[in-house]
Amino acid sequence: MAPLTVLGTGLAGYTLAREIRKRDREVPLRLVTADDGSAYSKPMLSNALARGKTPAQLVMASAADMAAQLDARIDTHTRALAIDPAARRLRTDRDEDAFSQLVLAVGADPVRPDLAGDGAGEVLSVNDLDDYRHFRQRLAADGRVLILGAGLIGCEFANDLAASGHAVTLVDPAPQALGRLLPAAGARQLEAALSELGVQWRLGLTAGRVDRAGSGYRVTLSDGSRVEAGLVLSAIGLQPRTALAADAGLATGRGIEVDRWLRSSDARVFALGDCAQVEGLVLPFVMPLMQGARALAATLTGTPTAVRLPAMPVVVKTPACPVVVAPPPPGAQGEWRIEATADGVLARFEQPDGRLAGFALTGTAVAQKQRLSRELPPLLD
Amino acid sequence: MKKWQCVVCGFIYDEEQGLPEEGIAPGTRWEDIPEDWECPECGVSKDDFEMVELEA
Ligand SMILES: Cc1cc2nc3c(=O)[nH]c(=O)nc-3n(C[C@H](O)[C@H](O)[C@H](O)COP(=O)(O)OP(=O)(O)OC[C@H]3O[C@@H](n4cnc5c(N)ncnc54)[C@H](O)[C@@H]3O)c2cc1C
Ligand SMILES: [Zn+2]
Repeated sequence: MAPLTVLGTGLAGYTLAREIRKRDREVPLRLVTADDGSAYSKPMLSNALARGKTPAQLVMASAADMAAQLDARIDTHTRALAIDPAARRLRTDRDEDAFSQLVLAVGADPVRPDLAGDGAGEVLSVNDLDDYRHFRQRLAADGRVLILGAGLIGCEFANDLAASGHAVTLVDPAPQALGRLLPAAGARQLEAALSELGVQWRLGLTAGRVDRAGSGYRVTLSDGSRVEAGLVLSAIGLQPRTALAADAGLATGRGIEVDRWLRSSDARVFALGDCAQVEGLVLPFVMPLMQGARALAATLTGTPTAVRLPAMPVVVKTPACPVVVAPPPPGAQGEWRIEATADGVLARFEQPDGRLAGFALTGTAVAQKQRLSRELPPLLD
Repeated sequence: MKKWQCVVCGFIYDEEQGLPEEGIAPGTRWEDIPEDWECPECGVSKDDFEMVELEA
């Protein structure tokens, strides 16, 4: 019998496989991954330094352990090249094989910054364990690190690096940190807390060039100023990997378009995790993929189950200033109402009728997370 | 009393504190938390992402 096939062994692929095995010990299961198939927790990449963890210590299980645990065939270092949904066949760089149902859990690509200069090609991004191993090898003990992008991942790395003795410069075209997630009052508190750790802010600016200089780089910003750094890390965003699906003729938008059953425009092909766009929503976080994996495992094993997504606040891992955000859905009407205290900011995004559509909490206000979450409507009910 | 840590996001459940906001009283032992409980920060389920026991 052709196996139920999952592309990707990130949190989406492995969580789904576990959930499938809880329901069905028999169905033949195959996982295909371009990487080495190590099971690891991606969120730990941005707080491993301060926790004293090496990349090797982040590996929770090898591909071989996972294959045994899941009673699955796991093809590592194998890249999927093409899907034929009608014939239900998958071609990889090693073989071609049939599938019964196929799940795309292929994640997202970091957006590459548009830079000139002979060091532009050496700008790193960290979106998986391999990237992280490389990043840690290149990280000098006391060198300056310049981070492009003061979003969630940029701020988390800034905190982790600065708390571990590195000199960090953060560059972002927005006038504040976490521009898409936090109202200005909350951002100021985060910026101040990171400044105290030595982080230098270059807000309202973009990087134009990265040139090699000595053993590091000289980065030229849009105001003409220059910053020297041993390492340049880009964290300017992620783009769902849609090419495989699009080439197979499946509907794609920002991500691979799926319905509430995580089904693509082909009834035998599904998508989960960072690559998916669920009913229009791209949600590149752990919580939605956990909810999705449970529902999808049921659907794939014969009990069609729609995904329900509760409101899902995101905890930003910046221990210098705790932040929790539940951004209002795109296009939501309303305004921020801000209560600032000495050591925290509580911002409610209220619709015209007073109902809560999102919130942002910093400092001591993060204690309000549970209470406010209960007030929020579900994302997908 | 023990502490348990979520292996995906690092969330710590402290038996001594419980999670009163979620209706889990202080002093509730890990074994006594319902099987369908999920990590409040990342949604990992209790049964398959084992929490690691921290030293006291
Ligand atoms: C530094 C960092 C910190 C984060 N912190 C948090 C956090 O605190 N909380 C939170 O909720 N979220 C956080 N996130 C986001 C979260 O980690 C992701 O949403 C989640 O891990 C995505 O899992 P995934 O399985 O969809 O993708 P991935 O983990 O990227 O897995 C993709 C898999 O697909 C494989 N693959 C891709 N293309 C192919 C191909 N053609 N053929 C075969 N295999 C292929 C890859 O090898 C890989 O195994 C963070 C992300 C980063 C980068
Ligand atoms: Zn967790």
